[in-house]
Amino acid sequence: MRKTIALWLVAGIVGFCILPWYSVESGFWSFSWLFSEFLSEDAAPALFQALLYGRWWFVPLALAFAGIALSFAVLKDERTRAKALVILSITGLVLLFAQGFAIGRTGPELFIDALNLGTSAAGQVGFGSGAMITAGALLFILTTSISGLGQGRGDAFIVGSIGLIIALVVTFVFYPVSQILIRAFEASDGSFDIAAFFTRFFSADIWSLACLAGGKTCGPAWNSVFLAVLTGAGTTLLGLAFALIATKTAFPAKKLLRVLTIIPIITPPFVIGLALILMFGRAGVVTDVLHDVFDISKSRWLYGFSGIYLAQLLSFTPIAFLVLIGVVEGVSPSMEEASQTLNATQWQTFKNVTWPLMRPGLANAFLLGFIESIADFGNPLVLGGNYNVLSTEIYFAIVGAVADPSRAAVLAVVLLILTLSAFVAQRLWLGKKSYATVTGKADSGQHSPLNPALKWACYGFALPWAAFTAVVYSMIVFGSFVKLWGYDNTFTLDHYIRAFSVSFTNGIRWTGVAWDSYFTTLTISTIAAPLTAVVGLLTAYLLVRQKFAGKNLFEFSTMLSFAIPGTVIGVAYIMAFNTPPIELTGTSIILIIVFVFRNMPVGVRGGIAAMSQLDKSLDEASITLGANSFVTVRKVILPLMGPAILAALAYSFVRAITSVSAVIFLVSARHNMATSFIVGRVEHGEYGIAIAYSSVLIITMLVAILLLQVVIGQRKLRRQNRLQSSNKNKELASA
Amino acid sequence: MKNALLGGLAAVGLLAALPATASAGELNMVCGAEQDWCELMARGFEEETGNEVLMVRKSTGETLAQVRAEASNPKIDVWWGGTGDPHLIAAFEGLTQDPGVDTSELLGWASNMHKISNGGTVGIYAGALGIAYNSEVLEERGLPAPACWKDLTNPAYAGEIQVANPNSSGTAYTELATFVQLFGEDEAYRLLTEIGKNVNQYTKSGSAPSKAAARGETTISIGFMHDMVKLAGSGFPLKIVAPCEGTGYEVGAVSVIKGAKHPELAKQFVEYALRPDVQSRSVEVKSFQVPSNSKASVAPESPDLASIKLIDYDFATYGERATRERLLKRWNEEVKNASH
Repeated sequence: MRKTIALWLVAGIVGFCILPWYSVESGFWSFSWLFSEFLSEDAAPALFQALLYGRWWFVPLALAFAGIALSFAVLKDERTRAKALVILSITGLVLLFAQGFAIGRTGPELFIDALNLGTSAAGQVGFGSGAMITAGALLFILTTSISGLGQGRGDAFIVGSIGLIIALVVTFVFYPVSQILIRAFEASDGSFDIAAFFTRFFSADIWSLACLAGGKTCGPAWNSVFLAVLTGAGTTLLGLAFALIATKTAFPAKKLLRVLTIIPIITPPFVIGLALILMFGRAGVVTDVLHDVFDISKSRWLYGFSGIYLAQLLSFTPIAFLVLIGVVEGVSPSMEEASQTLNATQWQTFKNVTWPLMRPGLANAFLLGFIESIADFGNPLVLGGNYNVLSTEIYFAIVGAVADPSRAAVLAVVLLILTLSAFVAQRLWLGKKSYATVTGKADSGQHSPLNPALKWACYGFALPWAAFTAVVYSMIVFGSFVKLWGYDNTFTLDHYIRAFSVSFTNGIRWTGVAWDSYFTTLTISTIAAPLTAVVGLLTAYLLVRQKFAGKNLFEFSTMLSFAIPGTVIGVAYIMAFNTPPIELTGTSIILIIVFVFRNMPVGVRGGIAAMSQLDKSLDEASITLGANSFVTVRKVILPLMGPAILAALAYSFVRAITSVSAVIFLVSARHNMATSFIVGRVEHGEYGIAIAYSSVLIITMLVAILLLQVVIGQRKLRRQNRLQSSNKNKELASA
Repeated sequence: MKNALLGGLAAVGLLAALPATASAGELNMVCGAEQDWCELMARGFEEETGNEVLMVRKSTGETLAQVRAEASNPKIDVWWGGTGDPHLIAAFEGLTQDPGVDTSELLGWASNMHKISNGGTVGIYAGALGIAYNSEVLEERGLPAPACWKDLTNPAYAGEIQVANPNSSGTAYTELATFVQLFGEDEAYRLLTEIGKNVNQYTKSGSAPSKAAARGETTISIGFMHDMVKLAGSGFPLKIVAPCEGTGYEVGAVSVIKGAKHPELAKQFVEYALRPDVQSRSVEVKSFQVPSNSKASVAPESPDLASIKLIDYDFATYGERATRERLLKRWNEEVKNASH
């Protein structure tokens, strides 16, 4: 305990006295702040900001640090010292952020009169490395001291992790989101008005049920719910069918199936919608054929609910699949064998053993499908017709001809409430049962094959869908090689040449228009993916394995950023991170952060699903053998989490590349992203280059996912990863 | 314990790698036109002045939302291109500043823009509103070709017309305001309601209807003629109609954001963007808007504004928030509810 605190104390002092407090123009890694500019006004650490530049507001903070050092050195009793450190580090954190928010770019912004007394110093810019290290040091001194008081079973790693996650979620989810949600209570003249909120909230614009009474469309809220429930159910069923085929049948082309189920997830937005239009639109290929052969009249059925639903099923089934495959693989064969030994039929085994054990996976898959659907923006935009959903309504409330941020905020609140309800419903359905099937006990069973009826049902359900996916994607690839997709089908390489040409005169020059955003996108996603996985899985571990006060609230708060539409997040991030103390707009950091915290819920959900299958006795055995919780995580939990880690990494990488609605507000000239580039092309009807770029992105992501799969590998459960077969005896003999 | 510490240090270290902010000598530009034109402008300015232009393309609605959110600490210097409405709104809300440039060479509608916004924004190009139809689909369905706005009320066109929703699209709002100015308010709403019965979809985006018409997803669209020219030029069977009653137009604009970090460079850029030789280059990237400088050359494909009956579009009145809200409210009550 003492050693940890001492180290953090040193880190804090370094942050306060050596590192530049503010963000420096030349960037941290240039290290010019350390040499030439150490005492300059821009790069000086907080201590010298106070001494040399009249920034007296660092003095209380310095005193808090002195207090921490003093009580650390003087107090001998462990509990008294821990108590003192808790109080002092909280004081330090409060002082640090209070000065950051109170004194802005041009001088005091809060308590102006009081702060203007006796100060001549100008304002301050955003936090830099010094401030960050100092804040981190204070946070970990706090958590270590709290664990010293016996909380979290006295485990500094657990308390520290909880503290870190809470601090990050508060800073990068709650703080920005509150900036925009607060506007839901704003009346048109800018004053705060609770009554106005309720009038807007219950307005018929949002909740109209006119469609039931015949004719007109319903309000966007009901439209969204209806769509999301059906999408959640549909993707879960399809995902389950694929997962069962992949684990419990002898289907010959499993690899191909896996690739097919992954491709939609790595497709940039709009592309699926465009492909569907070219197939089923009024002038689409399929529509033409149906018209010519069967004399079915050409209609616009695709535009509206049916089109969005089709596109969402295509887009989100892979997510359900990725969640469910881990779960289905993890269902212990020995339980199934036990059931069979007790004379149950294959169907009874499935119904009474396998199915109940898959419930957490199914619930998580449904929840993800529901949330994805409700927050989906690209598909409704392209295919929505007159079927209005919340996500597009919110977007146009912000960027439309009549911008109305408070309406957007009200709609966002509605959307959040819907998500919260889905979340609560999921909890109620799962209840408090144990779903652990991977235990420390000897377990060498094999997956029992599906009963034939169920197998053919899965085939009948999943294979046509796989074929359909394949057709949609061949359309897309085809579209990138023709002059005018859907009209003039002459072969051309123009789109690729314009986007990705390279000139070799005077060394390699990347002359294509897409290279710039392509490199930025890859860099940012590569940085964001592992961070997302770490944050997500750490959170999952805390949620599944640890007990602490406010756990449910903690769990929901980690889901929050996923449930809020990207547009709202994008604008919220600009509002929150454009001014000191945390100034990030126009940088690549803000893109990385937005990806990490938007995609973290997927890591969390996948991690929870996989971890609730790992029996707690594994942890206990490790702890009993003297390992601490960090070692347990690293040596026991992590190796068993292969599929979950793979899913989290792959998914966050892919989402960082394909997400659009949040990104559009955060990209800057220096850091432009591929999707923002593609959307711009689509907006101007240049589908060829947009699709050529998308195809290149799809291939890039596919390669990345395959690489990840090779690196992480499959987890070894000491089970034969194959089906029961007649040559079992041979294996036994050879073993 | 040591491991826990290392993990924590790593997390903090990642956060500590904080970024550099933009340095001087660079112009931060947001561009509202299509990518190729944006590139042409940005690279052209770089070559001529030696300054670096950091350019990103965003739609005008997104840019306005960003400019509003960044008002206390703007990161954008200059906002070039895109329909003039959001530029005017930004100017009326005090989010832009007068670059202090000479507007004497500009055509009337462009300097007018400068005047009514108190210098907050300057017109750079104009585009007239028109009707387009897919000639192949029209023939297949045996429909007559429209020539006037009033033709669109013909019940034969039921389910064949596509137009944007003025609540989300500036293009469609221009259309609404044009109707009001052409026919008077009550008659305008009567006509729009009649046309509404033929509309298959009110799209969110203003350029979507013409793209749908080009591919035969709808038969007739309403939108800006320069977009239609571009689509027809790329090979689609799209015919363009200048309505016989006359039509309204948009003015694309350039604005300098208030509190811009590089006001001098921004001014230099606005001067550059208004020059006749620079405006004449738009045809290189197949943009067929009419340039605002009277000395700039007009592309032969551009809709000839002189031959189109243009109304005297009142940007000051119809750009105003109160008028806009009133017209849209009435549109939602009468036109939108009448559609199916």
